[in-house]
Amino acid sequence: MQSGSEAAGLSVAELEDLARRGRAHVIKAVAHAEGGHIGGPLSAMDMMIALYFRIMRVRPEEPDWPDRDRFVLSKGHSAIALYTALALRGYFPLEELATFDAIDSRLQGHPDMALTPGVDMASGSLGLGFSGALGIALGGRAARRDFTTYVLLGDGECNEGIVWEAAHVAPRYALDNLVAIIDHNKLQQFGWRGKTASDRLPPYTGTQLADRWRAFGWEVMEMDGHDMTRVISTIEAARDYRGGPVAIVAHTIKGKGVSFMEGNYEWHTRVPTPEELAEALAQLGETGAAADRGGAA
Amino acid sequence: MTLADGKALRVAFGETVAELGSADPRIVVLDGDLGSSTRADIFENAHPDRFFQMGIAEQNLLGAAAGMATVGFIPFVSTFACFAVARALDSVRVLIAQPRLNVKVVGGYAGLLAGMTGKTHLIFDDMAIMRAMANMVVIAPADEIEARHAIRAAAAYQGPVYLRLTRQASPVLFDDSYRFELGRAVVVRPGRDVTVFGTGTQTVRAYQAAELLAAEGIDVHLVHLPTVKPLDEDAVVAAAQATGLVLTTEEHTIIGGLGGAVAETLGERFPVPLRRHGLADTFGESGPDAALLEKYGISVTKTAEAIRAFVRARRT
Repeated sequence: MQSGSEAAGLSVAELEDLARRGRAHVIKAVAHAEGGHIGGPLSAMDMMIALYFRIMRVRPEEPDWPDRDRFVLSKGHSAIALYTALALRGYFPLEELATFDAIDSRLQGHPDMALTPGVDMASGSLGLGFSGALGIALGGRAARRDFTTYVLLGDGECNEGIVWEAAHVAPRYALDNLVAIIDHNKLQQFGWRGKTASDRLPPYTGTQLADRWRAFGWEVMEMDGHDMTRVISTIEAARDYRGGPVAIVAHTIKGKGVSFMEGNYEWHTRVPTPEELAEALAQLGETGAAADRGGAA
Repeated sequence: MTLADGKALRVAFGETVAELGSADPRIVVLDGDLGSSTRADIFENAHPDRFFQMGIAEQNLLGAAAGMATVGFIPFVSTFACFAVARALDSVRVLIAQPRLNVKVVGGYAGLLAGMTGKTHLIFDDMAIMRAMANMVVIAPADEIEARHAIRAAAAYQGPVYLRLTRQASPVLFDDSYRFELGRAVVVRPGRDVTVFGTGTQTVRAYQAAELLAAEGIDVHLVHLPTVKPLDEDAVVAAAQATGLVLTTEEHTIIGGLGGAVAETLGERFPVPLRRHGLADTFGESGPDAALLEKYGISVTKTAEAIRAFVRARRT
């Protein structure tokens, strides 16, 4: 477990290894809870690790530190990815991931800011987290605090009207303390039908997402959301950009890291069978013994 | 006794929140492009750096307020009640009520009288909706004086508050000696024959109705319940015990608002003959205020009629 200052100075290879372990934790937690989401957490994991272990100024031992950078998981159904990043970073024990979605757990199906250390904003009803993040950034500016607010949205989430209500406001206030990252994994839960029933069309294609954010007055950057070096350099460039808010379109693969999950919309919420769990963990380089513990990998 | 005219509750809102802003740098106002109507513009003029225009987009208006609250501000969100409660309800529920953030939702133009707008803009199921929501406090002041107190009390309270304000000027029921306490009932007029519970500006009409009825020998025990949630249940029971006959009156549907709250309490703790007076299970329409009050049955005359009929039916 990396805690506090230990996180500083991790190499790209070490961050990549944390993301690999994080993916295994996600799959184990969902298998253990017999419910939850997998595809979205896996597409987001590299970015979560980059944010919590390289980019954001946070104090896991003081989750409410007023000057901390904020992170809002607006795609709240990927909560287990956030919990995994927080646990790896030392906000709470990794073993607690085994309580995900259990009764009385602090780790609810969608992030509960009143329960979970390190959760900066409630989310789950899509689009709302982004609106809250806008308010955090406005508040940070008004309070003359020097933190950056990062918010991760899904590409399907961009269907929501409130996303564009908030997107419309941020440039008016030139909020260069706000960085929106869109996890463009090209699939939503069900989506529009393609040629066959199992062929689901992406929520947006080509440059549609980038064009939309640009049209709303945002500075737009794009990156491969699974290339750790590019993820770090792009988010850092967005953080350092001055004059207005930045949207990063992160090209990702839903279910990234497990061959049979990648690009398959069915893994949005599917629970792996024991065989699938073993195969997934093997692909992620995890041994069977580690899988059984559900805790530290 | 004839009541003096007061300022509109919206003016009381703008002036009071501006005063609060002068004393407390945590006070901010977020507007949904209606500041010139809701009189949030008074705050904008006083504190332009703490006034945030969110445009015509109410879901985000409420959501952004929640975000600001997490940074330590006390946001007053100002829009019409129909938009705050109906259009932006998911933002209120998930981002304000569930995390119990310190946001004050100020629904202006609530009730029946919203300036010739019609059913889209008239909302009188707002208290039922907000009262049913966990963690939410619901306050409906009667007049300008009480509105100022209620706004200050909302700012001092740590947690979500729905402030139900009406557009129009209302006669002043209270004077400068009035002390508002969150969650407390106020006996406006002691009486022996029937207990009338009112809330919001309808309490003023109930008072005027009681004065008419006094001349007829009907002595109304009028109790004002500015805080609809949490309800002052002990005071409700005590006032019901005082006369054994209860009528509720409100500028709100009789379903789930003050009448609902009082009926729930008395049904469990002190069942008495009870009549819910207010707006029927319907939507509103455009029209001059006096015509609307008359047609929808909550004018002073209609309120007096309702009380009179209830008392007479029990006496015979």
